[in-house]
Amino acid sequence: MPYRLGVDVGGTFTDLLLIDEETGATWRDKVPSTPHDPSVAVINGTKAICEQASISPSDVGQFLHGTTVATNAVLEGKGAKTGLVVTEGYRQILQVARSLVPGGLAAWITWPKPEPLAALECTVEIEERLDANGGVVKPVNKEQARAALESLKGEGIEALTICTINSYINGMHEQEIGEIAKEVFPDIPISLSHEVLPEMQEYERALTSVANSLVRPIMAMYVSNLRNELRKLGMEGRINLLRSDGGLMGSEKSEGHPVNLLMSGPAGGVTGALWSAKNADLKNILTLDVGGTSTDVALIENGEPRLRRETSVGHLTVRASSLDVKTVGAGGGSIAHVPELTGALRVGPESAGAVPGPAAYGKGGELPTVTDAHVVLGNLPEALLGGSFKLDVEAAHKAVQTIADALSVTIQEAAQGIIDIANENMFGALRLVSVQQGYDPRDFALMGFGGAGSLHSNAVGKLMGSYPVVVPVSPGVLCATGDATTQMRYEHARSFNRTIKQTDDGEVAKWLAEMGETVARELEEEGVSRDEQTITFEAGVRYAGQGFEVDLPINIADFEAGDGIAKLQAAFDEEHKRLFTFNLDVVHEIVNLRAIALGQGTEMPAIKVPEGDGDPSQAKVSDHTMWANGEKHDAAIYDRAKLEAGDKIPGPCIVTEMDSTAVILPDHVGTVDAYGTILINPVA
Amino acid sequence: MPATIIETNTTPFEKVAVDTITLDIVENALRNAREEMDATLFRTAMSPGIREQGDAFPLIADRDGLMVVGQFGSFIDGFLKGYNGDIEEGDMIWLADPYSCEGAVSHNNDWLIIRPIFVKGRLISWACMFGHMTDIGGKVPGSLPTDATSIFEEGVRIPPIKLYKNDVLQEDILTLVLHQVRMPEWCRADLLAIVASCRVAEKRVHEICERFGDDFFASATDELLDRNKRAMGHLINTAVSTEKVSFEDYICDDGRGFGPYKMKCTMWREGEKVILDFDGTDPQAVGSINFYLNENMFKMFFGIYMVMVFDPQVMFNDGFYDLVDVRIPEGSLLKPNFPAALSCRTHALGRIFDILGGLLGQGQPEFLNAAGFSSSPHLMFSGFDKDSGDWFQLFQIGFGGIPGRPWGDGPDGHSLWPGFTNVPNEFLERYFPMRITRYTSIADSGGAGLNRGGNGILMTYEFLNKGTVSIHDDRWFTYPWGVNGGAPGERSTKILRRADGSEEIIPSKCDRIEVFEGDELDYITWGGGGWGNPLERDPELVALEVRRGLVSNDAAFENYGVKVNGDGSVDTAATEAKRAELAKDQTEGEIFNFGPDIETIRANCKAETGLDAPIQPQW
Repeated sequence: MPYRLGVDVGGTFTDLLLIDEETGATWRDKVPSTPHDPSVAVINGTKAICEQASISPSDVGQFLHGTTVATNAVLEGKGAKTGLVVTEGYRQILQVARSLVPGGLAAWITWPKPEPLAALECTVEIEERLDANGGVVKPVNKEQARAALESLKGEGIEALTICTINSYINGMHEQEIGEIAKEVFPDIPISLSHEVLPEMQEYERALTSVANSLVRPIMAMYVSNLRNELRKLGMEGRINLLRSDGGLMGSEKSEGHPVNLLMSGPAGGVTGALWSAKNADLKNILTLDVGGTSTDVALIENGEPRLRRETSVGHLTVRASSLDVKTVGAGGGSIAHVPELTGALRVGPESAGAVPGPAAYGKGGELPTVTDAHVVLGNLPEALLGGSFKLDVEAAHKAVQTIADALSVTIQEAAQGIIDIANENMFGALRLVSVQQGYDPRDFALMGFGGAGSLHSNAVGKLMGSYPVVVPVSPGVLCATGDATTQMRYEHARSFNRTIKQTDDGEVAKWLAEMGETVARELEEEGVSRDEQTITFEAGVRYAGQGFEVDLPINIADFEAGDGIAKLQAAFDEEHKRLFTFNLDVVHEIVNLRAIALGQGTEMPAIKVPEGDGDPSQAKVSDHTMWANGEKHDAAIYDRAKLEAGDKIPGPCIVTEMDSTAVILPDHVGTVDAYGTILINPVA
Repeated sequence: MPATIIETNTTPFEKVAVDTITLDIVENALRNAREEMDATLFRTAMSPGIREQGDAFPLIADRDGLMVVGQFGSFIDGFLKGYNGDIEEGDMIWLADPYSCEGAVSHNNDWLIIRPIFVKGRLISWACMFGHMTDIGGKVPGSLPTDATSIFEEGVRIPPIKLYKNDVLQEDILTLVLHQVRMPEWCRADLLAIVASCRVAEKRVHEICERFGDDFFASATDELLDRNKRAMGHLINTAVSTEKVSFEDYICDDGRGFGPYKMKCTMWREGEKVILDFDGTDPQAVGSINFYLNENMFKMFFGIYMVMVFDPQVMFNDGFYDLVDVRIPEGSLLKPNFPAALSCRTHALGRIFDILGGLLGQGQPEFLNAAGFSSSPHLMFSGFDKDSGDWFQLFQIGFGGIPGRPWGDGPDGHSLWPGFTNVPNEFLERYFPMRITRYTSIADSGGAGLNRGGNGILMTYEFLNKGTVSIHDDRWFTYPWGVNGGAPGERSTKILRRADGSEEIIPSKCDRIEVFEGDELDYITWGGGGWGNPLERDPELVALEVRRGLVSNDAAFENYGVKVNGDGSVDTAATEAKRAELAKDQTEGEIFNFGPDIETIRANCKAETGLDAPIQPQW
């Protein structure tokens, strides 16, 4: 079974990428998404692409899938009604939360009162208590626990979470309560917080566990339906889902731990960028995934994307690892406006969305958007999607003219201003993942993808000095590429909370060995044999007294040899200095330990494009006019499919393909590499 | 004598044309830089006050020291007037004494770093940050003695001095200061983090200058300030009347038996200028609740409130300062004479915001918020661990009810202050000898209203080790007022239960309370006032809040007129009858509901609060 199939479900399209693992041949397809039941599009697309490749679904050995089902359930408030069981005295744990009102001074005046993720009327207290070392202060009152759980029966809960104080160190009480809960609620999924997240901080653990419960029923239904349908088509291979951290997990496992899938969608873009970067021989990449309403950015250093220990979806932030993707409300549909009071030009965060969409889409939108500004500047051809979708150029001009009037500038200046502000917002997001983490963007290439990424990547790259600017092959289906080219992953983290004076190498080595065994077993159950696994470890370290830790890779052999702690201490000091410019003479605390098991990724060979003579004129479609730097330029339109390796495309110009358009600015040149990737650099 | 600024290049900045779009880019870039300052500090800080409460305030100013981004007003002007020395490239000024900077920082715990930013020999900008140090020595752990009568009892005072000269750390000075404090490791870490965050801002300012030019940066900051002045001028003209309006509120006591202290402010407009006059404010206190209020800082508070109440779109900076005239009487609670004690100014600082809200909202009650959780109550617990013998010192800030607002209900148990967040109880239990046995908001403590005031919090500490406790709180005597028909919220209280079962009420402000293993402290904060007529609140919502334990069955009936059945449903007929009856007793037209008058509160004080009434302070 030499085929693997990557499927990424987006808001508008479901993208598919089928790979022949032996030859590297690929087939791509886009089918309209079916938001009411996303699996319909997945099944339709699977059938279509198998037909296109003249294979049977039974030839697909691995089905790899990035999904936003869990994400959307959270964003749209369509998660399950979840009951919550807590320690006595803590019923309002989610109501009071961390007491934080986001924003600046007086922001509370306009901040909406949040509703807790599990309703208070569905939250009950149990008489029990553990101390901070896991010792029993008060055993579970089983009779009271049963009565409390019974009282939830009238609320119609669809999932249940149990989170008791100090359970991160000892899960015994949660298990005891869980046993009773299973008898009271035999038919609903039950999440225990010490299993979902065995880490200190009761609010975060409760919230993360409730988020897990919230998406469990909907994910379980989606995944099991999808599996059944795929099996009906004759597909017998493994079905894996992409986790927020960029690794894969088996579909069965994902049903119990869907909180790890909340950022499955954006993770596909990052893993796709990784694959594309490898082929272009680039190790340091900033990614710029521009969609209709928002832009996702991430940083890849030395071939490794940055991970964070949280996942944020809308206003919800939970403790589950995810690729460090930052999102800003700037996309093709972002609306430009000029508030009367300040007379300043603002772009977004309001978006025209898919409906009514930008004025240029002719679907009833009248407000000026970033896309309309692109039309005015000539950054888009007159028709999109291979000619099937004609733009309403006049409507775009009319919309942007309103901004020009408000600012008393020309329409081109207004359009340029809108694009500049959008670029600045994207730049701001990229700074958060680069400069703010101590990285110099000039050491990175910038890869734009998604529907509009290549429209902005040259300009944003210029702002940051990030070259080359990379236009990957088929930027529109890069997420599906990512789904298909990543590897199995399982991680396990535990709070440790000891200073290096309170522990020793032997104790750390013992913990790591146990945790390593746990993750190895998990991956083994997923069908990855131990000789195919790589096990790595990390430690979160801080100066005792700090509130945040720095994650550092560690080697179990160092701890077995007795110099692990010394090395960790030195590595932390170095990293702290790099991040924050200073060190302290304070004892180090190991806050948590983490074990990660990785399966082997299957190499997907990339296909070369024909060798050219350096001159792209065979791909030129027509002459064109573009505005840039306040001037009108003679430009050209090129067809991506006809470009050849070694071609040098002079800016200003646009390069079109079925799912995307790339802009090359004046004084820049795009070079086509052996695999068809365009690398844009300034003209020397 | 004011400070002398030494520039190696004295060419004046050239005024250049600034287009709107590039200006917006500079504004965004400066805003990002400011956020980076915060991130640098919070990720490395050790003082719980900075780490969890984010009690630290950054700013980036133009070359004249006017804040372009930030949120706590310019202290540079006050510093420059009081500093008798040279300012050169490579200096980092360190300062922690309200009396040597006209109240730019308002107690000794706030350590301020001021960094002049030079580019090619010319002063172009300033980066500053101050943060609250958990301990700076003095007579009690935490350095906020509730019974201090002079600033000399309140820990180490640092006049403006150069912590760095020519970018070289002056180690001796640092060593000298850190020798005076109980937690030198925390202070050193946090000071270095503040320095690092100012360096981040400097780097970003240099990058912006490189990108757009030095002259452009100077012209752009001018224009950003001007833009704000125009927007605020427009707001002031439409929102502030030429007729005088006044509002007054109180600090309940001064920790030494006197109170309540009135803070009064009168506002009116003369032409384009708004005048804010604190005439009528009570005299300075003998104790440490005095708040040395810097006029510029108050302009900033006023500006932020104007913007947040009337138009949150306006970007905020110091540009409008000329449009505001602040008058504070000498020797009053808000401008005490040296060497008055200042450490516990947090209550007056908080109450200023209730006063601003009451002042600005009077003209347009639809924009008016009720009184909120306008303080940051503290608990300190320190001692020697019975097993290890190590010193432990906890500083924790409490939370309470956000008021009912035109926008909706006030959140329960939250913070009015930006960035403040509670400490996880599992963290407390892991690192301190205590157990938190209850952590909940208190039903009915938020004032009833169409939009309910947020509930206060009950936190029960069980101490597992002998130690000493300090408490800082307020609103135990006067009520958090309601507006537009909303009721006041409940007041705060502190109950200590000894291991033997005996109970005592602890004063709102006290130090040196000895606690022992097995003792329990109920730390109860106050609720927010209600907004609008509670009889108009949706009965179904009232019933739901009863099921949620946020409102009691009795209060639903008596305060909201809603009869909730045993199964949680609404008894519609009984509700209509009760509401009709309650409506008869309602008085129309009162904007504010302060609860009983001061004399009544005083008369009932002992019976209601368990504490003696404070003695009225006199000028």
